[in-house]
Amino acid sequence: MNIQLRDPKNLMKLSKLGSFHQSKLSFLRSFLNEFKDWEYKRDLFELNEKGYGRAVYSFSKEKKTYSLVCFANEISDEERSDRVIATKWDAAFALHDGIPTKEDLERLAFNVPMQEVGRLSYKELTLSRANKSVRIFDHVVDSLSKGNQPNIELISKVGYLYRTTAVYGSGKFGLADRFRIKNREEIYGPFRLEMMLVYLVRQFTFDQVNHIARQKNPNTAVELDLNICRNLGIGNSTGLGMAPFIVNHPILLNNWILARETALKKIREIESATKEELNIFKQCLVRSLKNVTNWNTDSKFQNKKIRQLTEDLEKFIKFLNEDFSFENTFPFNKIYIWAEENVGDECIEYIVSMMMEPYDKIVNPLTHKMSSEEDQHFNIPINRTIEDLRNILEKKYSEILKIDFKKKENNQNFWFISKNKEEPRVADRYEINGSELEQPLAIARDIKKLYETIFTQKNSLKIGKFLTNNNNLRHVVRRAFITEKFPYAEIQDNTIGSQLVPIDMLRLKLSFFGAIKFDPKSDKWLRICMFQGAPLPTDLKSFDNHWIYNSIN
Amino acid sequence: MISFSEIETTIKRATRSVGFSWGIAEEVGKNIRLLEMFGLPGVKNINQYFKIYNAEKFEDINVFSKSNISKKHYCPIKAGVNFFDQSSTISDFGQLEIINLAFPLLFIPFASRASEIIGKRIFLKMENKEFLFNFNQSIYSNYLSGDIVEKSEKMNLQFLENKNSFSESEWSELYKISENTFVEESEESKQKAAGAGLTDND
Repeated sequence: MNIQLRDPKNLMKLSKLGSFHQSKLSFLRSFLNEFKDWEYKRDLFELNEKGYGRAVYSFSKEKKTYSLVCFANEISDEERSDRVIATKWDAAFALHDGIPTKEDLERLAFNVPMQEVGRLSYKELTLSRANKSVRIFDHVVDSLSKGNQPNIELISKVGYLYRTTAVYGSGKFGLADRFRIKNREEIYGPFRLEMMLVYLVRQFTFDQVNHIARQKNPNTAVELDLNICRNLGIGNSTGLGMAPFIVNHPILLNNWILARETALKKIREIESATKEELNIFKQCLVRSLKNVTNWNTDSKFQNKKIRQLTEDLEKFIKFLNEDFSFENTFPFNKIYIWAEENVGDECIEYIVSMMMEPYDKIVNPLTHKMSSEEDQHFNIPINRTIEDLRNILEKKYSEILKIDFKKKENNQNFWFISKNKEEPRVADRYEINGSELEQPLAIARDIKKLYETIFTQKNSLKIGKFLTNNNNLRHVVRRAFITEKFPYAEIQDNTIGSQLVPIDMLRLKLSFFGAIKFDPKSDKWLRICMFQGAPLPTDLKSFDNHWIYNSIN
Repeated sequence: MISFSEIETTIKRATRSVGFSWGIAEEVGKNIRLLEMFGLPGVKNINQYFKIYNAEKFEDINVFSKSNISKKHYCPIKAGVNFFDQSSTISDFGQLEIINLAFPLLFIPFASRASEIIGKRIFLKMENKEFLFNFNQSIYSNYLSGDIVEKSEKMNLQFLENKNSFSESEWSELYKISENTFVEESEESKQKAAGAGLTDND
């Protein structure tokens, strides 16, 4: 049986992409698989009785070392903010390439707590900061200092002790450019070093609460139970900064989606599944339900989606138990077809993620194909013709060409970079000034304009010549030729329409990170949790690959 | 130290802000990154150019000919973009000249990238500065200064035919040495090798 890859015209709609869930392909899961045989160490831990000071954690293998340098600072409650405009944080972190010297630590102590206003060097790979969860941090410390474990219900509701508000990499603020490290095998997967930073920060949060509790009451204090630790992750507040990323990295986007779609295709083509594979699928499905039933959010938008997902999953489990036999040939294809016909996008994509669980052999090789070399496809093929371009637009952008941009609602928003924080923002172009400084993220509108412009051009005209008088469309000419080669490179939707839900773009990216429990706080930012249920560094030599469903919450 | 990624992003934004399209701004961002990676003073030169860009009028070369002459200075960015876009037809000229090009170092990455696109080395000479573009893999030059170059009165570009840098006899000598890794085949082996037993009429 030859199953076709899913059609980008349907799959690449924002509402569909905004329904993606974590999977075996997710970066935090592939990071743990890659680093499980590296040696973990806490190299330095110099905190005062209140938990302020510095610490260093590392992963090493043979001659390579990556070190997380942590700085915990005292800030007042009024200074604590998750907004990107904040200037102080409870803790700040940098991932250093190698073992930091005394001079490195001094340099980092000055620069890292300042985050965007500090300067890093090519020896640093990623940079981040985090704030304590006011809801549980003090409670955990108090309980431990008195010899008690914290309230599980409260802990479960929050899911983390600290919440990061940004993780930077790839040359930002002087960090190492990607070209310096891209050929290292262990990080040949997107965002590996960002994942490492978050994972080691998680361990720091446990060590810090244990330390403060012990300092507070050395006679009675106990350490946070390891099972509770495993069920705590790291929170993250994410705003619009992530949204332009997936538009600005079309080949990377393609490679992420293509990996997922290739896995789905291959799994649907499996003629018969073994008993063990079926057991893994069913067990993961059942265990994962806790991640849905404990998915807490005040967002009406997300709650509606969760309710639908819950109902659909019940329907799916009933179908599996009562109307489906795994003795069928091509069982996963039949499941997929049933899902397409009977449940919504949230549930379809949930099932797709579950179907990957038994298939390491299919999924693991794909994790190495999820990086990209955008520069290799930057040059516009100047010798191609207008006829080629027209064919690409009609074939690859047919959905987009249907949008009428003369209608106000299809032109409602514009993307810009805020002057005060240099962060991407979206605003109503009819209400807010500044649309003349619009970022080139209205791809659908500009593609339509390109199509209309080439309508009257000769088929044989070379692209190089066409551009002489049409350089205002150069950015979309480049994209069209990229999309010709990479089917999932483009969002097949209007990113400036009145119906735009920007968090769909964030959710897509975060699902590939491996985040769960998306908690939208508006249509422009959300909170998530990472590494909840993950093994601790000391567990890495042997751990359950399906740890993401281990949550006791 | 400012990273190359920061250079690219900032130059892209700056290029857009002085009035170029986003598509051209993307090109210029990549170009300045390339110049800086090759050790040439891209940031310095573009910074100076943008200071005067909107105050002074620069000429465009829309369609390249063998001789491109202007009394006013040509804009290196517009000239560069069009040179790149027209490079496959321009290369048929064999060589061309540009008289009066402003901030010529900003033109260089376009020529380097064009060398890759057309698959030919390009030799560029302006005044006493020489550059050889090797398919955008490297730039060989006698210019090592980190200075701003505000203008080139005469720039010559030559598209070099693909030919070896060595003689046939030099190649033969080397090939002979490489043959020392080969093993003499036995008669039996010859008879059993691929195609054995077939005739040319099969």
